[in-house]
Amino acid sequence: MRNQIVKKEKIASKTYSFWIYHPEIVSHYKPGQFIILRVTEKGERIPLTIVEVDREKEIFRIIFQVVGKSTRLLSKIDENEMILDILGPLGNEVRINKDVANILFVGGGIGIAPLFSKIKEFLKEKKLKGSVILGARSSENLILENEILEITRNIYITTDDGSKGKKGFVTDALRDLLNTNEDIDLVISAGPVKMMKKTVEIAKKNKIDILVSLNTLMIDGTGMCGGCRIEYDNKTRFTCVDGPVFDGYKVNFQQLIKRNNQYHSHECKIKNLEDNL
Amino acid sequence: MAVNPKDRPSEERINDFDEVNLGYTDEEAVKEAQRCKECGVCIKGCPVRINIPAFISQIKKKNFKRALSIIEKDNILPGICGRVCPQENQCEARCIMDNPINIGALERFLADKKVPKDIGIYPSKNNKKIAIVGSGPAGLTSAFELKKSGFEVVVYEALHKLGGVLRYGIPNFRLPDEIIDEEIEQLKKMGVQFRTNFLIGKTLYLDELLDKFDGIVIATGAGLPRYLKIPGENSIGVFFANEFLTRINLMKAYKFPEYHTPIYKGKKVVVIGGGNVAIDAARVARRLKSEVMICYRRLEEDMPARNEEIQHAKEEGIEIKTLLNPKKIISKDDGKIKKVKFVKMKTVGKQQDGRNAVVETEEYIDIETDIFIEAIGQIPNKIIQQNSKGLEFDSWNSLKIDENMETTKNNVWAAGDVVSGAATVIKAMGEAKKAAEKIIKEIGG
Ligand SMILES: Cc1cc2nc3c(=O)[nH]c(=O)nc-3n(C[C@H](O)[C@H](O)[C@H](O)COP(=O)(O)OP(=O)(O)OC[C@H]3O[C@@H](n4cnc5c(N)ncnc54)[C@H](O)[C@@H]3O)c2cc1C
Ligand SMILES: Cc1cc2nc3c(=O)[nH]c(=O)nc-3n(C[C@H](O)[C@H](O)[C@H](O)COP(=O)(O)OP(=O)(O)OC[C@H]3O[C@@H](n4cnc5c(N)ncnc54)[C@H](O)[C@@H]3O)c2cc1C
Ligand code: FES
Repeated sequence: MRNQIVKKEKIASKTYSFWIYHPEIVSHYKPGQFIILRVTEKGERIPLTIVEVDREKEIFRIIFQVVGKSTRLLSKIDENEMILDILGPLGNEVRINKDVANILFVGGGIGIAPLFSKIKEFLKEKKLKGSVILGARSSENLILENEILEITRNIYITTDDGSKGKKGFVTDALRDLLNTNEDIDLVISAGPVKMMKKTVEIAKKNKIDILVSLNTLMIDGTGMCGGCRIEYDNKTRFTCVDGPVFDGYKVNFQQLIKRNNQYHSHECKIKNLEDNL
Repeated sequence: MAVNPKDRPSEERINDFDEVNLGYTDEEAVKEAQRCKECGVCIKGCPVRINIPAFISQIKKKNFKRALSIIEKDNILPGICGRVCPQENQCEARCIMDNPINIGALERFLADKKVPKDIGIYPSKNNKKIAIVGSGPAGLTSAFELKKSGFEVVVYEALHKLGGVLRYGIPNFRLPDEIIDEEIEQLKKMGVQFRTNFLIGKTLYLDELLDKFDGIVIATGAGLPRYLKIPGENSIGVFFANEFLTRINLMKAYKFPEYHTPIYKGKKVVVIGGGNVAIDAARVARRLKSEVMICYRRLEEDMPARNEEIQHAKEEGIEIKTLLNPKKIISKDDGKIKKVKFVKMKTVGKQQDGRNAVVETEEYIDIETDIFIEAIGQIPNKIIQQNSKGLEFDSWNSLKIDENMETTKNNVWAAGDVVSGAATVIKAMGEAKKAAEKIIKEIGG
């Protein structure tokens, strides 16, 4: 049945992987796209990236981290159960210039999930050359390492606490790699907004193009509300219909950070309510 | 003497999202109907040509069921139209009485009687299948007409709930959800199939639908917000009306945290615009306990919103300031809006449409606010054409159609705001009915 979770797995601390049956989403999927789902009748509409699809089984995969109310409710749905509403695939296919030959992928935390769809597309399907930097707070937060290793051996790992790979941040590894590797002609970055902002600054310094996969607040995902808007090249753009992947040089990150915190006090309120239950 | 339906007192109603207008009692409705001379000039003012004198005549005789069935011949959404149509510019504008008959209120009265409607199932008779894209008034009306004529009908809707703007735009205090639910339930009983969470152009492509269906009606509305494009527009606290209204109406954010979608609140709210959308956004904000001001660049008499709603807004304590046009939004260090710089406008004669023409003066004023809502219009979005070829739009994103409501693509018709730009419920319905008639004529066989 459409919207059924056919496989559920906990893959890291607070992080889940679902395979969901949905023939239309799978057959129309292009890498870079996302879905919006709703878990209960009173629930929010939340966006999640389509990490990969299995065209034969007509299932697609999402990977999400429990950060608040909606993701927590989602994590409680069991295998074989249905998700109330799923809309997709939304947003655009990620596109790169024809002459790009060597890509450096940078993913931080749960950002590795959206990054994986691009790694799979360009390194596995399109067989381009590339390398990957993965970062996490600590080894138990690191996701998709094995799947990525099956695609490329060029992986660099950093953890904040040094429990795996090099101690430090992905941005340190990025700086090192760009300094030593002359062949890289594009960076693709996904992760917390502050991390992406940093990666853009580093890429810019090295005069290398960079694409970022943005995670704004969203409601409808169809261009109707404008809640997902960003300032891009000094103009307003809607992340859901114009993105979610953008040229990193043109994104006003300062503002994006502020806009993403718009409801911070509300989210805290929900959290406090729950903690008191 | 005209009998007017009662409104709930403004002090009371601004505390909730329940309906403002209480509707008629039986006695009131009959009394109002009795004023009618049944001359019939009003029919010309109705975009779907309801036989108004005939239904009013039945109200006089207390034959409420008969009266409703007369309306339902031409309009399946009487509970909706009775509430939101601008009757004052349509049927009631034609009325010969000094105090026009309250035709809209009578229509609503009948719809609310909830005489069990036994429309019955309409079996598919002609083995022809029609897909309708969009479940707003245009989509629902064409579904009704086509189902009635024996087509198999499937409606595709992008959102998780049906009804289009009726659901996500118009607030419950003007149009309660249950009314929309009932009218849609009626269609489901007739055998119309609905598929929510299908964005045509993404989940399925138009060309794929054409492979499976004999014809398509595009009724995707005008959902893309226009915005001012002024500096500071992306500050925190600045909203496009669609977001503000969608959070409240579709997601029920006013019941946060019971419902999980939050709404941003502020002490002062400034709304820009003069149409129904601006008034609705303002009245919603008032119900969230803000001080609300509407700023419009012309005069109040030029506001396109329904007069009744402007009056309601004022009763609820909303201030309307005119001849002001926003130029710049100034924010604080934390990114939140602080104030808006307006240029004062002045009138310079009349435009062709009879409204005042205005130009900017050299004078500016700053207005401090916590929330700024832009309600300056919507145009159609073009997602439907993605991954398919052959549809043509004009420079305002409106779909091009011919005199038969057919688009530039064979077997694809269109109706509602997607062809006319943001208009009215009843206009969308009128066009949808016309498109359905053409389809019946062309492929009904
Ligand atoms: C296009 C797109 C793709 C995404 N893909 C994924 C994905 O593959 N996996 C995944 O785990 N998450 C993804 N996200 C983010 C995800 O949508 C949010 O984590 C989710 O909506 C949080 O909902 P919640 O109710 O659980 O938390 P909330 O209670 O709403 O929020 C909890 C905390 O997270 C912050 N937050 C909420 N939404 C966002 C957001 N969109 N961006 C940044 N911070 C946010 C809040 O400010 C708050 O601090 C994506 C977002 C977008 C726009
Ligand atoms: C706040 C507000 C207040 C209003 N007040 C009044 C009023 O008082 N009186 C009045 O007469 N009019 C009013 N209007 C105008 C009226 O609501 C519209 O003219 C009318 O709803 C248009 O109907 P429609 O069926 O063409 O489109 P909509 O009602 O816009 O419905 C279109 C539907 O199509 C869906 N859709 C869009 N694209 C796709 C796609 N690609 N695939 C699948 N689905 C898609 C949308 O999600 C939407 O549900 C108001 C409008 C607003 C916004
Ligand atoms: S999420 Fe509403 S316009 Fe993008």
